Amino acid sequence: MTNPLRGFEDRRLQKIAGPSGLIMFGVTGDLSRKKLLPAIYDLLNRGLLPPAFSLVGFARRDWSTEDFVSVVHDAVKQHARTAWSEEVWLQLVKGIRFVSGQHGDPEAFERLKQVVDELDQERGTAGNHTFYLSIPPRDFPLVVNQLDESGLAKAGPGQFRRVVIEKPFGSNLETARELNDVVERVFPEDSIFRIDHYLGKETVQNILALRFANQLFEPIWNGDNIDHVQITMAEDIGIGGRAGYYDGIGAARDVIQNHLLQLLALTAMERPASFDAAELREAKETVLAATRSPEPLDEHTARGQYASGWQGGEEVKGFLEEDGINPQSVTETFAAMRLDVHTPRWSGTPFYLRAGKRLGRRVTEIALVFKRPEHNLFGEGATSQLGENALVIRVQPNEGVTIRFGSKIPGASMQVRDVTMDFAYGHAFTEDSPEAYERLILDALLGEPPLFPRQREVELSWEILDPIVEAWEHQGAPEEYAPGSWGTASADQMMARDGRAWRRP
Amino acid sequence: MIVELPQTTISKVSKKLQELRESGGVVSLGRVLTLIVETDLEHLEEAVACANGASRLHPSRIIVLATSAQAAESRLDVEIRVGGDAGASEVIILRAQGEVLSNKESLVTGLLLPDAPVVAWWPAQSPENPSGTEIGAIASRRITESANEPDPIAYLRSLAKNYQPGDGDMAWTRITLWRSQLTALMDLHQGRKVTAATVYGSASSPSAHLLADWLGLNLGVDVALETQLDGELVQGIGGVEITFDSAKLSMIRTNQVAHISQPDAPDTSVLLPRRTDLDSLIEDMRFLGEDLGYAQVLLREYR
Repeated sequence: MTNPLRGFEDRRLQKIAGPSGLIMFGVTGDLSRKKLLPAIYDLLNRGLLPPAFSLVGFARRDWSTEDFVSVVHDAVKQHARTAWSEEVWLQLVKGIRFVSGQHGDPEAFERLKQVVDELDQERGTAGNHTFYLSIPPRDFPLVVNQLDESGLAKAGPGQFRRVVIEKPFGSNLETARELNDVVERVFPEDSIFRIDHYLGKETVQNILALRFANQLFEPIWNGDNIDHVQITMAEDIGIGGRAGYYDGIGAARDVIQNHLLQLLALTAMERPASFDAAELREAKETVLAATRSPEPLDEHTARGQYASGWQGGEEVKGFLEEDGINPQSVTETFAAMRLDVHTPRWSGTPFYLRAGKRLGRRVTEIALVFKRPEHNLFGEGATSQLGENALVIRVQPNEGVTIRFGSKIPGASMQVRDVTMDFAYGHAFTEDSPEAYERLILDALLGEPPLFPRQREVELSWEILDPIVEAWEHQGAPEEYAPGSWGTASADQMMARDGRAWRRP
Repeated sequence: MIVELPQTTISKVSKKLQELRESGGVVSLGRVLTLIVETDLEHLEEAVACANGASRLHPSRIIVLATSAQAAESRLDVEIRVGGDAGASEVIILRAQGEVLSNKESLVTGLLLPDAPVVAWWPAQSPENPSGTEIGAIASRRITESANEPDPIAYLRSLAKNYQPGDGDMAWTRITLWRSQLTALMDLHQGRKVTAATVYGSASSPSAHLLADWLGLNLGVDVALETQLDGELVQGIGGVEITFDSAKLSMIRTNQVAHISQPDAPDTSVLLPRRTDLDSLIEDMRFLGEDLGYAQVLLREYR
């Protein structure tokens, strides 16, 4: 049977999730307060959640539902993107519940099951529930087992149970597989939604539009025209309160394994046959499977730790002096590496990735740097001020695209200099872009998987990264770099060996 | 900043715009469309406020053509608003009267953004044949306002008679939220056979008529328009009832909340606020090009 009101593709009609509930573990965390709870309110405010929508919080705190409601209230008031509306809030409150309990306590999960059953009866969530595990991975086995044993993970006919998990997806190939085995033992692969919030960003999705909806770029999007690609993700802050997580993980595992390799995959992949989830993932996996770091690794990778010093008018601690960090830690806070994509499109065109904390400014971007043309028309002198052409996709902040090319300097002599042409999202579409988490939570409720990486992608990413991180383990202490700089001298040397240089983002 | 150019010409306005751009750094890069608003002096400020609001989401150059044909003198007075006075847009208000109006197209051609799509909007009085007007002919999207016409239903008929791809009416935009919710609800009752349907709405509301027509077209049943709900006359749209073989789905709005009752599920409610002109205009500016859903309903029911 079909729905007669869905006569044809009506672009005006928004996709509203079917009746379902969201059950959140780890509601007391930062991510919940700052991103997830506000995103739920914003979705409701935009009219995209079903009338029956319910939100159940589960945490150790000895809270009542009222306590939880006030926590949600404060989180929404502080961090929601859309305007506050009492009506929307009252609508949300009707579906909020809280269950207090330890992750290891079967009785707590019995209570949770009761609450969920009641919601099905009272609110009409119709047996459809999504579990959002915003908890450390070490708690996954416990929680997933409890969900299994309490019968919460089991869907009746015509119902669904989904589970949303956040990075890190393991810390290497082996632990990623272990983690996945735990989750997959209870939930089938197509019910597991792995959140990489970068994929929810409009700019990242726009890479596909830019490449495949235009005739302008795709013909030059290859190694014949592009000399190399630089992908940068820089933060100007230190590790903050994340010492417990960060020590032993480091920049490569924290962000390169997921965010940067996803950006690489989207930039380097072949045109998928369609935007179908399976095809899209297939295209990304093919590229990741063909990506390797060239040997010897120590010549094509670099790592560092930020030193103490003054950064932008503020005196900051070095990594080894941060609270909770082992003073002998060899964890890197800056990582740079060259990766070669062994596909016909990119033969001879390396991808350089770098990521780190306490760098010059907060910026994430993909820069495609073009080859130089034959300068037979203009002499050396005329083009001495001309750099390489570049196409830069700014992922954040100031989302947009910059194209850099040469233009004649006005005057009698023929002098060519770099100019830029700029597209900024904020100018062309001032429409508030939804937060990445809004899109991802809605997609999980709708059961639309294209923006979620599957296990194969996670494993392929680790296969690229594992040899590099293992090699680093035998190299002793990482090199220091000044806070507010663009990383270590070795990263610059790594580029210089290839006759290239990092661009200033 | 507001610049007044009394008794002027379009080429002087063009020059002034260029000057403002060079001296003040007022840029028209990044503007994605030109919105032409044709209105009368009385509705001018209201329309400008609404267009300004919409430009925060769709940066545009807004050209307001405010006419008064009765005046004897032929003259063109222009006001340019940029920066803080114009939201995320630049607004050019053309007050034209007398013979100046004998060639309306020439009033706007010189001010259109290169290459960018043109949207025409008639917030006050709408033309019988939108694409046949001078302004409508240069626009790729034409937004009329049937609810402001003395006889909205008769007006819908003339829209149907003269329909061209790109035409649209605000009355249709105002029912998007109803249509979205009803569609999502019907996803849950795909196995049921619809036997009847009712829309509770005002007889003079073109939105209520269009909603009933849309339901009728897609459900394949006659849809009644009931003007009373619980013994009271309905303003705008009050609710929808869809009857199945043995059960009923209803969605009744009081204040901003629609109460839903449906078979095999507990009663529930969803927020369904009355749409403002601003919300509607923003939605309409998002969909440039032909609106097939609107065309289908309009052409089947009103031609």
